[in-house]
Amino acid sequence: MLTRRIIPCLDVRDGRVVKGVRFSGLRDAGDPVELAARYEAEGADEIVILDVAATPDQRQTCCETVARVRASISIPLSVGGGVRALVDAERLLSVGADKVALNTAAVRRPEILRELADRTGRQCVVLAVDAVQWAHGWRVAVRSGAEHTELDAVEWAGVGEALGVGEVLLTSWDRDGTGDGYDIALLRAVASRVRVPIIASGGAKGPAHMIEAFEAGADAVLAASIFHDAAMSIGEVKDALAERGVEVRR
Amino acid sequence: MRRVAIVQTGVANTASVVAAMRRCGAEPTVTDDTGAIAGATHVVLPGVGAFGAGMACLRATGLDRVLSERIAQGRPTLAVCLGLQLLCRSSEESPGVTGLGVLACDVGEFAPTVRVPQFGWNRVQGGAPGGVIETGYAYFANSFRIASAPPEWTPSTAEHGGRFVAALERGAVVGCQFHPELSGAWGLALVRRWLAMEGATPC
Repeated sequence: MLTRRIIPCLDVRDGRVVKGVRFSGLRDAGDPVELAARYEAEGADEIVILDVAATPDQRQTCCETVARVRASISIPLSVGGGVRALVDAERLLSVGADKVALNTAAVRRPEILRELADRTGRQCVVLAVDAVQWAHGWRVAVRSGAEHTELDAVEWAGVGEALGVGEVLLTSWDRDGTGDGYDIALLRAVASRVRVPIIASGGAKGPAHMIEAFEAGADAVLAASIFHDAAMSIGEVKDALAERGVEVRR
Repeated sequence: MRRVAIVQTGVANTASVVAAMRRCGAEPTVTDDTGAIAGATHVVLPGVGAFGAGMACLRATGLDRVLSERIAQGRPTLAVCLGLQLLCRSSEESPGVTGLGVLACDVGEFAPTVRVPQFGWNRVQGGAPGGVIETGYAYFANSFRIASAPPEWTPSTAEHGGRFVAALERGAVVGCQFHPELSGAWGLALVRRWLAMEGATPC
């Protein structure tokens, strides 16, 4: 049986891990290599690095961070943020990412998903969907939440799957960093729309939220604040999930 | 002396294989040179992308023949994910494309009831005692799989909408559907066991 994955997320800027609320108000949360190694030792199933930098110089720093993290961990590493063209994605894969997550670039030019999947295989391509609630469902936000499009988030996940993505990283913009729990209705809607695995993101405070997400169809849960703040270790979260009957790797 | 070569098959994931080999004390070269692959003591065939493109890459470089010979001679060879599938006769992923055929089996789709790709950690039931593959959790990222093992190979298995072949081994020739380089301490221990094998001496 495939186990449910617990994935700590490192938002990285200038070679440091940062964390904010609803993508802003960032504060320092540590060294990415140290954190990634600690999380692997605690039982993390995968590491996600999101590059929240803004300039090309900082992008180069992110590649160096990815290479350093890769050298220190033996679990999968997904990287997103700032991937504008195929060449950016391939550079990240060449320095040690196992998967690349695309959001803004894919919304601007969806064919980039197919092109990347053709070159690297769909298992390397993750569609990052930042979903913002509105009166009739959810719309896609791009540019780290700075721009809200009219694209329907659930439909867009389906389009991404048809174009060849291997996974959907589904973040609720409304819940990000709040600790209010994952957006369960959003998860249900996307889980019934696509067959590829879904990583739930945004709003986790503890194991109870994660169980809700798994029951709604998530295959993996992503969290940042609870692990960075050491509110709970990954091992403690997994123990709590296992006690409630969720299959996890321990 | 041990010389480890990683077959260059595409852009992706090679860095993770290199990192894992280094953590196990090896200093691998990444190459598509047939001489280097034939001369290496240990060869890793990683694999990304589609079956058809992977076979086209091996045929274009002449590596199809070199790899088949190595495997027939029982020299240490580790095929990973698509690398394992390329050793088979065919795959439903790329109908009409002929694989290396050193494994007398075919690659097919998962049952329609499960999520695809299979992404994540699955429990592997190890093969024979004393082999390279032990029981434990391994990281998988695959859309296709081998349903049942060919004769003369020791299978390890896992479940995803039914039992499938997680790995096959015959002496120092090992094929993993999962990614040992991404399977944490369990995966590194597997790699170390394989690196310690000498296999049949080439004549």
